[in-house]
Amino acid sequence: MSARRRAGALLVLLGLAVLALTLPAAAQDAAKEPAYRAFPLLGSRLAVWAIAQLHLNFAAFILGVPIFAVIIEIIGWRTRDARYDWLSHEFVKLTFAAFSTTALLGALLLFLFAGYYPKFWTYMSSIFFPTYGIYAALFFAETFTVYLWYYGWDWLSGPRKGIHVALGVLSNLFGTAILLVANSWVTFMISPAGITESGALKGSVWAAINNYTWMPINIHRLIANIVFGGTIAAAYAAFRFLGATSDEERARYDWMGYIGNFVALSAFIVLPFAGYYLGREIYAFNQTMGITMMGGFMSWLWIIQAILIGVLFLGSNYYLWLGMERIPGSERYRRYVPMMIGILAFGFMVWATPRSMVITLDEARAMGGTHHPVLGFLGVMSAKNTAVNMMILTTFLSFVLYRRANRISTRSWAGAGMLIQWAALVAAAVVVIFYGVYGYFVESLVRIGFSVYQVMAVLGAIVVVMAIDIPMFRGARSTGAIRWGTIAPRSQYVLIILAVTFTWLMGLMGFARSGIRQHWHVYGVMVDKSVDAATPAIGYAANVITVVTIVFFALVMFIFWLGGLSDRGQAGAHGHAPAPLIAGGSDEQA
Amino acid sequence: MNVLRSRFTQAVLLLVLAFAIFKFGIRPPAPWSVLTLYMAIVFLATIVYVSSDSDSWREFLGPLRTTVMDPGKRPLRIALGIVIPVLLGYYAYTQAAAKPQAPPELRAVHPAPPASIQFRGKEITIAGVENPLRKDTASLGKHVAAGGEIYIKNCVYCHGDNLDGKGMFAYGFNPPPANFEDPGTIAMLQEAFLFWRIVKGGPGLPKESTPWNSVMPAWEDRLTEEQIWQVIMYLYAATNQQPRRWESSH
Ligand code: HEC
Ligand code: HEM
Repeated sequence: MSARRRAGALLVLLGLAVLALTLPAAAQDAAKEPAYRAFPLLGSRLAVWAIAQLHLNFAAFILGVPIFAVIIEIIGWRTRDARYDWLSHEFVKLTFAAFSTTALLGALLLFLFAGYYPKFWTYMSSIFFPTYGIYAALFFAETFTVYLWYYGWDWLSGPRKGIHVALGVLSNLFGTAILLVANSWVTFMISPAGITESGALKGSVWAAINNYTWMPINIHRLIANIVFGGTIAAAYAAFRFLGATSDEERARYDWMGYIGNFVALSAFIVLPFAGYYLGREIYAFNQTMGITMMGGFMSWLWIIQAILIGVLFLGSNYYLWLGMERIPGSERYRRYVPMMIGILAFGFMVWATPRSMVITLDEARAMGGTHHPVLGFLGVMSAKNTAVNMMILTTFLSFVLYRRANRISTRSWAGAGMLIQWAALVAAAVVVIFYGVYGYFVESLVRIGFSVYQVMAVLGAIVVVMAIDIPMFRGARSTGAIRWGTIAPRSQYVLIILAVTFTWLMGLMGFARSGIRQHWHVYGVMVDKSVDAATPAIGYAANVITVVTIVFFALVMFIFWLGGLSDRGQAGAHGHAPAPLIAGGSDEQA
Repeated sequence: MNVLRSRFTQAVLLLVLAFAIFKFGIRPPAPWSVLTLYMAIVFLATIVYVSSDSDSWREFLGPLRTTVMDPGKRPLRIALGIVIPVLLGYYAYTQAAAKPQAPPELRAVHPAPPASIQFRGKEITIAGVENPLRKDTASLGKHVAAGGEIYIKNCVYCHGDNLDGKGMFAYGFNPPPANFEDPGTIAMLQEAFLFWRIVKGGPGLPKESTPWNSVMPAWEDRLTEEQIWQVIMYLYAATNQQPRRWESSH
């Protein structure tokens, strides 16, 4: 581990050194330099694409995981429950392991840009040079605080725990700031601002940073990264669960997987809203770009996105249902499962119904046009918003049922409380469906406004239900402890599938983000004149993303494996973390 | 009755039922690509359903396990050993066999419009533009009537007298002429988008939406700017739809 640590530090320094060296050099030689160089064999675009996506995956991981690691640490600190402290440490360990790889990939990406797209890079530097220093400084600061956070775990425990938690918060602030800086570059490429006709910076760099898509992407990515961190951490737990040799270990990793999934799910539920906001801002920046993205050649990409998201919804609910089996008392809620599957499957179908369908000529004739007169209704935004909101409500219901699976409220008002909860859910569903249907009778501009009411209804219901749920089940009678570790193993494969699906989705959306620029490096400002200027077909993109995803998981497995090695070496490090409650008598299932 | 209570039978029935509904319940028939997508989702949901708790999952696997393991089930095994490969082979055949039909096309029906176009040597902005004739509220009726005449003279052969895309020539074309009654065509488009499409037609579609063999003619040499805005007004009036407005940028 210590050799690796040193290697990691070296890599970070190397990255910074490269940054410091290449930039002025690149700027100086701009006049003599070719605009492009060809990357051997793969071509420059593929090289940059793959490395950028890998870097992004790792960066998302080391951004997302610490956010919830620190939350868990705080929970552990406040509740004095050592399990949480162990878990938080475990998560930071994962982050830590991925740190140097992220830095390495970042440095590599920088090489590729400076070397193979020198003119583009010079231009970006001419705008964003002041931010490079900030980025490097932030990265340094984050590395440093995470080191302290990780290695200071025992040293800063007990009365000094507060300082330790503060370190965790601080490293998250640095991490988020890094994201914001990097996002300013990528969003500037989509929606440049603050520049003159010729592309030179007009006033301060702030105008270029604070462009149209910057904030929406900041929000969408930050949330997506938390989900991503959660799914990867859950997949890690699943991996360890499946390889576990004792009941205690199984119980521990079952619990870890549950928490990872829980975090992912909570953030996942708000992701669609952030996505619509991002979509709207892209439209507001440039209609052509908006149409290219949603209705034009990328419209198929959204069908694939819908399928992936459908899998995520179905999968995470399925995991909760399987998890209920290890909770005595959950039998009461089984009867809701078929209904929930029904809603999810129907929502999935609506969401995945394409607007422009793949049809043969005969089919087109039978349909009387390229649009299906009935299914066509499911292809438009009204239907899709309705579907996704219903899926969110259902997922929330799953979670509420899970929460109360082994608890019986002792409050006198429990009956009335539950009635209000159901009423809130039903009311939200009615509002969502009402506006979904009504949307067909009004013009587009009004309809877009409806999605806001739908979102408000769903969020409102969530708030009402939780506001009642928390006091209602405080001090509730238990029908038995959760039998951690006894979950059906297939649930663990679900966790792994969720992580892979999410990673793939990230890659796909990364392609969307870059693809909408079409033949521009910087939209409307700097034309892409390289040999790769054409936007690749979706099939090609899918292949690239698949390979990148495989490489990512191979690297992650390797890193996790290393993590496991060090564990075995020093069994009992942080072994002060007891396993989560294991119910007496493990009733293993067949 | 016992058979009906078995999880396995239930799952199979669910799939068959779903297929029947999608296949025969949707009129006109849903395209095969969509049917496949729906069935895949139902299949997934069914698997989730039967495996969402251990008892049900065990029950579901029961018949599968006995079929594979039970010595008494040997004849069934042999039968399946023949039927399944034959079915797979048949499927492969249907996929690979040459058909007298063009393969299904994946097309983006509404490509992004350019920011501006050349119209008879004049530059016309598309992005953010409203129909200029609508300002002239006094003679809206006159413009619509003129548009109707233009439509009858030029467009009806393809787009049909009911504006449903079933004109007399329509049968010969792939992609078929747009059905303006459909909420997914003009109802969700700005008038300027239509203007561009009518001026430039199929040949003027942008590079990123090729290959696109649309017969929609380019009307720039035959109709004037005003006539095109008129026929657009007619399209909306006749189908009782509102054009999409531009979003005000902030
Ligand atoms: C030769 C047949 C033909 C004629 C004549 C014709 N069209 Fe079309 N039109 C088509 C076809 C085919 C399409 C669908 C493919 C496409 O979008 O290019 C289409 C599409 C359109 C669209 C795009 C609709 C959408 O949803 O994007 C508009 C608008 C349109 N036509 C208007 C007209 C008008 C107005 C006229 C008469 C001035 C006219 N067309 C004459 C064949 C024709
Ligand atoms: C349930 C809904 C959604 C989910 C789960 C989702 C998920 C994701 C994920 C995982 C990413 C990658 C983020 C990253 O690389 O850090 C992403 C990016 C993106 N999403 Fe979404 N998204 C959703 C809805 C939407 C919607 C509705 C839109 C737009 C109309 C949208 C537009 C985009 C764009 C343009 C990007 C690329 C920006 C970037 O690189 O970060 N998303 N999305």
